[in-house]
Amino acid sequence: MTDPHSFNPSRLPSTGGRSDTRLDHYVDSYAQRTHKMTASAVRSLFSVANRPEVVSLAGGMPNIADLPLGKVGNLLDELIQRDGARIMQYGSGQGELQIREQICEVMAEEQIRAHPDDVVITAGSQQGLDLVTRIFCDPDDVVLVEAPSYVGALGTFKSYQTQISHVAMDDQGLDPDALRQVVTSLRDQGRRVKFLYTIPNFNNPAGITQPTERRREILQVAEDLDLLIVEDNPYGLLTIDGEPLPAMRSMETDRVIYLGSFSKTFAPGFRVGWVLAPHAVREKLVLAQESATLCPPVFSQFAISEYLAKHDWRGQIRQYRDMYRERRDAMLQGLTENMPQGTTWTHPTGGFFVWVTLPQGVDSQKMLPRAVTARVAYVPGDAFFADGFGSRHMRLSYCFPTPERIIEGTRRLGEVIADEMRINEVFGITDDHRLHSNPTPGPSPDIS
Amino acid sequence: MTSKPTVAVLAGGLSHEREISLRSGRRVTQALRDLGHEVIESDVDSGLIETLTGLDDVVAFPLLHGESGEDGALREVLSMLDIPFVGTLPRSCRLAFDKAVSTTLVRRAGIRTPEQVALPHDLFRELGAKHIVRSLGEKLGFPLMVKPARCGSALGCTRVDAPEDLPAAMVAAYGYGPLAVVEEGVSGVEVTVTVIDTGNGPEAQPVVKIEPASGVYDYEARYTAGATRFTVPADLSDEITAQCADMAVRVHELLGLRDLSRTDIIIDEEGPVFIETNVAPGMTETSLVPLALDAGPDGFAKVCSQLVSVAAARARG
Repeated sequence: MTDPHSFNPSRLPSTGGRSDTRLDHYVDSYAQRTHKMTASAVRSLFSVANRPEVVSLAGGMPNIADLPLGKVGNLLDELIQRDGARIMQYGSGQGELQIREQICEVMAEEQIRAHPDDVVITAGSQQGLDLVTRIFCDPDDVVLVEAPSYVGALGTFKSYQTQISHVAMDDQGLDPDALRQVVTSLRDQGRRVKFLYTIPNFNNPAGITQPTERRREILQVAEDLDLLIVEDNPYGLLTIDGEPLPAMRSMETDRVIYLGSFSKTFAPGFRVGWVLAPHAVREKLVLAQESATLCPPVFSQFAISEYLAKHDWRGQIRQYRDMYRERRDAMLQGLTENMPQGTTWTHPTGGFFVWVTLPQGVDSQKMLPRAVTARVAYVPGDAFFADGFGSRHMRLSYCFPTPERIIEGTRRLGEVIADEMRINEVFGITDDHRLHSNPTPGPSPDIS
Repeated sequence: MTSKPTVAVLAGGLSHEREISLRSGRRVTQALRDLGHEVIESDVDSGLIETLTGLDDVVAFPLLHGESGEDGALREVLSMLDIPFVGTLPRSCRLAFDKAVSTTLVRRAGIRTPEQVALPHDLFRELGAKHIVRSLGEKLGFPLMVKPARCGSALGCTRVDAPEDLPAAMVAAYGYGPLAVVEEGVSGVEVTVTVIDTGNGPEAQPVVKIEPASGVYDYEARYTAGATRFTVPADLSDEITAQCADMAVRVHELLGLRDLSRTDIIIDEEGPVFIETNVAPGMTETSLVPLALDAGPDGFAKVCSQLVSVAAARARG
């Protein structure tokens, strides 16, 4: 063994001078909005969730295994043989007319009457949201969102340095009275409120749907307060119980910007979504789109157009509904059988998600490592809030795992929560008695 | 001349540090490929043994962090299968990985460590938390560091400045495992020392000084480029540098570590204090071992290659 008092400097390798580094030469050059883009321990835990041993109730990935892949392959093959040179070329910044016309047919399923000229194609509705925020928001402008709201939207709003204000929800979704109060209060403070971002159907993450009357009430508040609404509707056609409700955009044309997507009703890999906007807004969006990408993915647009033209896409959506109903039912059954007393959850009538409220004192983010050890994953609730709230909640998704895996996942989760409650009891942890954690960047996109 | 063996870089696994492990694996893989090694990357799953046993001349390079990677379990399997590997043997991994064990052994050898108490969570259940928590504060004073005994990357670690925050910190640590250590907080200059043994005995590499912009070298500061300033070799006096280097080599030898290790140290007013040692240190773009090795005469890639050669030579006897 070495004697600590007889150090021999020759045991240190010689070096070529001192280096002083932060491992990022450009660290002082980034824009302000980049500063919060940091590594996160919570995000890194989701790496484990992708392993097959783990039942992931975290991911919002649609289950596209039931798509007729052979037929889709044949359609694409024919498309390339027939039209390859055109569909692999640059295209229109607004998107191809052919698919914009078909999108109007898709939107008609939710009673929207629209003209193809008012549709702008985007790389998924996520890019639509980015473009809308880009053309409307300056730093410190206020964007209103539901409490809770989609983590990907919060990320976009933060990236434009907006201030995010949450508006309370009840079991019928966004509360119109709360909306009126928040907007009035913010304006009284001299704040510029740019728009309300809402997900009326099967809210991600809450799984709550605004009834038709509630939508009218929200539109009335928007009318009274001269407030723009951004309606995000990726799941609207994926009703499990009943028929799709009329979109807000079907009730009001000038005050609503509508975001649509093929990611859930067909497949997300094509990255095709759209924005339906009033004429003047649409013009700005096209210019913003050209600046961002020149044109949305042309091949993907034609591929989806071919699918819509030659496949029974309405029948495919009916199949999806049946498949997701089975999974939703498994989730609700599993929760009923396995959740400890004091746990409550929403009962979605469509979409992908259930929002769970945990017993007092249980912090979903702090519990996540224990869950990962038990081979089950979820998204902690505070990811869906911009203000650090939500720690007593979690989002569970039933879209991807099979019903059997969902039941098993809820069994594991029930044990984890029960363990957490026991340990909290031992240490006397209550909701008011936790370490304060810094809000971290949201989970990675594959769980959005 | 002996041909180069195929290297199986083992990364991923099911631990909380999977993401970091995958990044370490990619970095080492690229470094070895740059020097002409045939490298396969493999996760630790049901196909691993078949993959390894299907290769004729293979050296494993385990880069699994956290449980099963650093606790020696996987290396036990490699030993059983007679697959040569880079790094410490299982028994010593078990000693080093568990902070409660390694700190005790290091302390007994006369090396300065923080005062530490290791407590399984079952104990709190049986005896009640209130009195134990109060006693911890009285015995160790504040600030305290609370850590999971068997986890890395600062996951589950909390600095506690006031008694009322201690219970929540304990719960956070138990999220990563059933045993937590509570240590007196040590304030001072944070450094780390990599130890490499390529056949000539363990050698300390240049000392790396760590200065997180946030003041805390937590997960975010470790894995966000730009969030921490590193000085290599650390701007310390020759005497302190020598003491740090010597401490790392002593710990390496004392715990019976092999090939490579990294020892984290805080230098307070009285000199270096051992904090912990790592048998599978991170090798990511923001990790400390590559920084130290690139400041040395051979550089990171060459040292990785040398470690593979050493492991292969060991197998050949």
